[in-house]
Amino acid sequence: MIHSPEVSTLVSVLTATLLLIGAATTLVGALGLVRLQSFYQRAHAPTLGTTLGAACVALASMMYFSAAGTRPILHEVLILIFVTATTPITLIILVRASRLRDEASEGPSGNQ
Amino acid sequence: MSMLLASSVIVAKILLGIAMACSTYRLVCGPRAQDRVLAFDSLYVNAMLLLLTFGIGSGSTLYFEAAMIIALLGFVSTVALAKFLLRGEVIE
Repeated sequence: MIHSPEVSTLVSVLTATLLLIGAATTLVGALGLVRLQSFYQRAHAPTLGTTLGAACVALASMMYFSAAGTRPILHEVLILIFVTATTPITLIILVRASRLRDEASEGPSGNQ
Repeated sequence: MSMLLASSVIVAKILLGIAMACSTYRLVCGPRAQDRVLAFDSLYVNAMLLLLTFGIGSGSTLYFEAAMIIALLGFVSTVALAKFLLRGEVIE
């Protein structure tokens, strides 16, 4: 196993805070996916993880590895661009498909 | 790696694991097909964040490349599934 590089205290505190904020936000989004009632309410919940959660975790990783200087931070930038650009497209197509299926099966009522 | 950072990496791994379990619950028990597709989308984003956390914990570049591939291919698969729900076929 490769050992992680040492960084200063300020950088490690900031990295830990951003990492915990990102993970907790993603967990809140996943809990909303379980607990909300209809599909159109549930479609909003995981976007919390894909926007704020991914941004916080990628920012923590960028901060840690730019302070350590062991590898380039290109991957995190690319991941952020991909996730931010693709989540709205996915949700637009998915909700449009769900509306079409609802209207085809049981009229325009949105529940379950 | 300092004690604070190591313990916060462990806590973040646990939180993201619980988030993946919630998404898996919705994937298995989701009442309709669009719920399952949405839960699958949430599941791969959570797995990608978990891989990023593993990468911070171990310092290896391999995890970040895997996370980038998941971010790319997950988008393609979710769009293909949503297109299938929309039109009944993926490529027309």
